[in-house]
Amino acid sequence: MSKQTAYITGSCVVRKHQVYRNGALLWQEAPSLELQEFLRKAYDRFSGQYPKFHKMDPLSKLGWLAAEVLLREAPIEDHLPEQVAIVLSNRSASLDTDLRYYNTVKDIPSPALFVYTLPNIVIGEICIRHGFKGEHAFFTMDSFDAEQVVSYAQLLLDSGVATACLCGWVEVMDQQYEVALFLAERQQREGAVAFTAAEVKKLYAQQSGS
Amino acid sequence: MSSQAWIAGGGVICGIGANLQQCLEAFRQMGTGMQEIQYLQTTHRGIFPVAEVKADNTALAAQAGMPAHLSRTALLSRIAAQEAWEAAGLGDISQYRVGFVSANTVGGMDKTEDFFTDYLQNPQQGGHLRQVMHHECGSVTELVADAMGIRHHVSTISTACSSGANALMYGARLIRNNMVDVVIAGGTDALTRFTLNGFNTLMILDQQPCRPLDDTRTGLNLGEGAGYVVLVSDALAARLPNGPWCRLSGYANANDAYHQTASSPEGTGNYLAMKGALTMSGLQPQDIGYINVHGTGTQNNDSSEGKAIERLFAPDYPPVSSTKSFTGHTLGASGGIEAVFSALAVQQGIIYPNARFTTPMKEWPVAPATVFSGGNRLDHVMSNSFGFAGNCSSLIFSKG
Amino acid sequence: MADLKSQIIEQLNLQEVKPEDIGDDQPLFKDGLGLDSIDALELIVLLQQHYSIRLANPDQGPEIFYSVRTMATYITAQQKQPG
Repeated sequence: MSKQTAYITGSCVVRKHQVYRNGALLWQEAPSLELQEFLRKAYDRFSGQYPKFHKMDPLSKLGWLAAEVLLREAPIEDHLPEQVAIVLSNRSASLDTDLRYYNTVKDIPSPALFVYTLPNIVIGEICIRHGFKGEHAFFTMDSFDAEQVVSYAQLLLDSGVATACLCGWVEVMDQQYEVALFLAERQQREGAVAFTAAEVKKLYAQQSGS
Repeated sequence: MSSQAWIAGGGVICGIGANLQQCLEAFRQMGTGMQEIQYLQTTHRGIFPVAEVKADNTALAAQAGMPAHLSRTALLSRIAAQEAWEAAGLGDISQYRVGFVSANTVGGMDKTEDFFTDYLQNPQQGGHLRQVMHHECGSVTELVADAMGIRHHVSTISTACSSGANALMYGARLIRNNMVDVVIAGGTDALTRFTLNGFNTLMILDQQPCRPLDDTRTGLNLGEGAGYVVLVSDALAARLPNGPWCRLSGYANANDAYHQTASSPEGTGNYLAMKGALTMSGLQPQDIGYINVHGTGTQNNDSSEGKAIERLFAPDYPPVSSTKSFTGHTLGASGGIEAVFSALAVQQGIIYPNARFTTPMKEWPVAPATVFSGGNRLDHVMSNSFGFAGNCSSLIFSKG
Repeated sequence: MADLKSQIIEQLNLQEVKPEDIGDDQPLFKDGLGLDSIDALELIVLLQQHYSIRLANPDQGPEIFYSVRTMATYITAQQKQPG
């Protein structure tokens, strides 16, 4: 099993109410908006016609939206559903939703919140939307770790487990959030850069005005 | 050529018995394990019947030979794993390359709950951090591996209700790839407030003793326990003093990708798992002599499972039953416990009864077996473990 | 029934649905409004929160929650019962 070159064929970074696709600012909203309002506006802008979205918790909404933005332009249908892997990570797991669920326990425990009290549910929501059936994993760590993202996804590609891997970071805690998703594939496509920690860091670090 | 995975023995502790022999006796006597909550500290006592292991932690610790302050999940695990090892008759464990693949879903949650009760009452001084040290699922496995002197390969699987079955699949692959000679594989889970409250939130707990595969079913009862088989290679199987029970001839897992908790109404994942296991063992549906079904007693599971069985087996159905009508749903342990029951079924020709069955379901093609019988000719037995999020696994145990 | 429709929309986060979009006899599940099993549980919570009605057996759900009209009929019948 040798390490072969892979490419980042798409990326989406969302933070401070700004949405970047493939390194370019695509859309933004006023920073003063509440997260839920921002998410609704982003849904109207990039999706619509997916009522299940409104039932999701903020973590799932964020991951789902970023995947929506990223995959709209990516030739993901070239891959078999069983060959698309998803590997995500964050800092707060599902704590944002756990706390809201816990608050309902005193009265009537909310079934709708309960089903989101696991961080990997966001992976499930993306899989259900796009029909992906490949390997997936969710890691919890202190901060975004480009080396970890690249090494795990590279392993999946090298071992033949997946031909495409959606990977990155989906974090939310109350109003604080950050999403950075990358699509790694074996093929080189137009505008693709090498799937290395350095390139992942570069895409992750994009900020307004830069 | 890679080795087959043989079942050399098994051990079980659950709501109907502290060892496999007691469980068998309970099946014969139709003695089910559901009672009012006795050991778990919860406000739901008196409301939901559960199938607890009928012993407190002090008694379990003495039986397990482990400290009583450890999680009940670990104590149950050690007791069943030790029984399985002794049943195999392989002697000194240090003489082999041994793997331990243990499933659980709650880890040391029982102790964590105790910690928080004390801590929240007095955040300055309440609660001992020692109580949360083994919160993580893998920690429970490691405690038991250390206690048993297992060093070569230790792994934990947590895939909801299919966990225990997946542990057997993983263990069989370790044997087939010659990474170890023996694997103790199965699962364990203690009843906790967390589990009870979670299932209550989903409104799938029956306030009466559960009625799997019955049209009048209104939910499941939770249980607790542990169950392990000992898997061995061809070479070791030939040296077993009493010979192997049977062979793990096929296994498969699949997923519905349908919903966070529910199975797809058509039971797509169930169908794929059963079909995959049959394909691997090179069998036809009519070769299966008995199915130990997942059969939780919820509306959703039993109708999905019934439809999948109909799709695969029609028009000739083998006898089926849900042993959860005795043990309750033991979650991460259930795949391990039912693997032991199913492997023993092949060896002794047992068809287990389904308790409290009265009314056939529309979506279930045949009525389940309702009485215990031994000495049947069973060449191949299927064990299903279908769980939350459409995680579905099927195992097939076969004679020689 | 208009109140009930608003409550359903609120409880189930049906943000793109307006009360007038829901027909009195339109099936709520499957092809109707496309609700799932967790939504059914949330409707049980709704009955408890807004009408203090405890549904002892969730399996009555499909019958009671068939449409807004069947829900309203059930609520009215429960409220008439003494105690």
